[in-house]
Amino acid sequence: MNIIVILFPLALGLGLMGLGAFFWCMRSGQFADLEGAAWRVLQDDDKRD
Amino acid sequence: MAAQDLSVFVRHRDGGVASMELAVDGIRCAGCMQAIESGLGREPGILGARVNLALKRVSVEWREALLRPEAVVDKLAALGFKAYPFVPERQEDGAAAEERSLLRRLGVAGFASMNIMLLSVAVWSGNSADIDPTTRDFFHWLSALIALPTAAYAGRPFFESALRALKVGAVNMDVPITIGVVLALAMSVAETWNHGRHAYFDGVVMLLFFLLIGRYLDQLMRRRTRDLAGNLAALKAETATRLDADGNWTVTPIAAIAPGDRVLVRPGERVSVDGIVETGRSELDQSLVTGETAPVAIGHGERVHAGTLNLTGALTVHVEAAGQGTLLDEIDRLMSQAVGSRSRYVRLSDRAARLYAPVVHTLAAATFLGWFAWGLAWPEALMIAVTVLIITCPCALGLAIPAVQVVAASALFKRKIMLKEGDALERLAEADIAVFDKTGTLTLPEPDILNPEALPPERRAAIGALAAASNHPLAQALARALGGAPARTDVQEERGQGLSAGAGDDEQRLGSIVFCGAEAEAASVKALHPGASLIAYRHGGYRTVLALGQSLRPEARETIAALRAAGLEIAILSGDRSEAVAPIAAELGVTHVRAGLLPGDKLNLLDSMAANGRKVLMVGDGLNDAPALAGAHVSISPVSATHLAQAAADVVFLGDSLAPVAAALEIARKARGLMLQNLWFAVLYNAVAVPIAIAGLATPLVAAIAMSGSSLVVTLNALRARGRRAQSEAEA
Repeated sequence: MNIIVILFPLALGLGLMGLGAFFWCMRSGQFADLEGAAWRVLQDDDKRD
Repeated sequence: MAAQDLSVFVRHRDGGVASMELAVDGIRCAGCMQAIESGLGREPGILGARVNLALKRVSVEWREALLRPEAVVDKLAALGFKAYPFVPERQEDGAAAEERSLLRRLGVAGFASMNIMLLSVAVWSGNSADIDPTTRDFFHWLSALIALPTAAYAGRPFFESALRALKVGAVNMDVPITIGVVLALAMSVAETWNHGRHAYFDGVVMLLFFLLIGRYLDQLMRRRTRDLAGNLAALKAETATRLDADGNWTVTPIAAIAPGDRVLVRPGERVSVDGIVETGRSELDQSLVTGETAPVAIGHGERVHAGTLNLTGALTVHVEAAGQGTLLDEIDRLMSQAVGSRSRYVRLSDRAARLYAPVVHTLAAATFLGWFAWGLAWPEALMIAVTVLIITCPCALGLAIPAVQVVAASALFKRKIMLKEGDALERLAEADIAVFDKTGTLTLPEPDILNPEALPPERRAAIGALAAASNHPLAQALARALGGAPARTDVQEERGQGLSAGAGDDEQRLGSIVFCGAEAEAASVKALHPGASLIAYRHGGYRTVLALGQSLRPEARETIAALRAAGLEIAILSGDRSEAVAPIAAELGVTHVRAGLLPGDKLNLLDSMAANGRKVLMVGDGLNDAPALAGAHVSISPVSATHLAQAAADVVFLGDSLAPVAAALEIARKARGLMLQNLWFAVLYNAVAVPIAIAGLATPLVAAIAMSGSSLVVTLNALRARGRRAQSEAEA
């Protein structure tokens, strides 16, 4: 049963990391344009010459 | 031509970097996005361009030393996009900050509910097997550790709103939410303390999570509306010619004009400010302001209003207000009178809340008293009563309406219709009579050629070049209608007569009937188009007469038919003379017509319709329509409308076609249907869940399943507001 004492802080820590990542995304403006982002993935941004 | 000056829109940053936000007309797809970004990126001096596809905006950064802001607009024009700069709202501003804080709370609540659920699932499966009570207590305490700070942080919007309501002695939806959350948390802590089997930490946090989603969607909708309103203002791209301190005239965006400036208004231009005439005499066409089409003489010391058209002479105007606009005293008085009637409308969600709160609290109290009387100890009775509060907590109710509004608003946006008020959808769906203004609403705002058959295609360019050489409003309108050909330079203008170019047999003339000797042709055209202004053209022996007048907006007939088919009565209320209104009404087959109305008359007629129980949809664009737009049950304006009319309208549509009016009605009706369905679903859900809770059978597991299940159903149902038909048409 002692394994729980390690596993739960670990799970919480991972969750907190996710939350931190979400806040970081918000701050860096990733939710400002939800439509454009979907298309940007498909853009061909090879080097132009 | 005076120089353009856009410097007011530029923001300066360290290191000589300038940036500007532009609203761009015609960004439709990812291709446009890439064309703009890579096109601007290739330019030397431009450091970066970023398109926001959702808002149809682009923000550009460049080295200040290398480029003027005007050059950025020119470069976008060269790429094929018309761009209009504007001053973006600052991030710290109210609505934006509110939205971000809600999103943060939503994130925290989501994180907490996932982690508590992790613990709760273990407890639930353990409860049905043989969980060690010490382990269960440990899990419950861990849950409390996560839930209590989360509730304090994520629940604040609800607690604050409930307190505000209670302070003024009112009850809103947040009061039962707050009571439920606080009681459930207190009970769960007490239960954990006493080594109990059930704790509701997961239910409380999940409830907050779902409610925050609804709250966030509501805020998103409002914010989007404000952003689009910003785009609309920019798309109008109004400018004025300002006299600078150094004596030069500069074309300046209206946003940069301040009271006290002096601006020049040339003949043929629309006045873009309110002010007092300093020098010059002229005649004004005030049809957009008063609805009356006959010109009015104006001179020194008299007042001009934005939206009027300067006809004959140049005016210098001392600016009193720009952008927002001072009002005609009469309109001002009517506006304050009109706004009251709309505020009487009670939103669907508020009506639901008024019914909901007393019922739920009575039920919970009755449950407690009932079980207590039955002989249960008071802590157990209280616990059952609290489960009733938790299970009835309006998470489906909180999502039911915002989710539909957001989905419907984006469906409208795809069809170039912008919703300015969230509850406009509900009101629009209720409309049973559509009242149209004529000038600029049923008809296009700019005059058009009414008899294109009199204009041979091979002569279009010649006539256009001649017309473009004149300042006369009629000639200007003709030049615009012919596609804005460059003006001929060798043109003589004879005041009050017309224009001529060339000599002998090759002489071309454009102007009055007499000037061109076209009386014979004019007679038949006049008979066909009685309300129109006639302009004649002669080239050697060839003569033709063009009728210029207000032509119907594209798809006006189909729209009127569609509104009729939807069960709406159609009426036209116009400020114009009845001779001008009658042909339009006859063409559309509308019989309920009133002409020659003052702004106050329109409002009175609308009020009397409302008094007869009619729900009026007002469609108008003029300053004279503004009180009627504000006073109607719901109102729609075209984007060409005056500032005040647009501010008063609930819905604004882009483009020339009138079809968005019918489309908006269709989507609004569908959305209202879905809102009602969602509310009925919430009632049905409670009808099943409440008896279970009253019987004392609702475990935390039951509460979790009921809550998430009902929220999911309501959200999925809301997605149907997109409308399969509307969607495919918009994409076509």
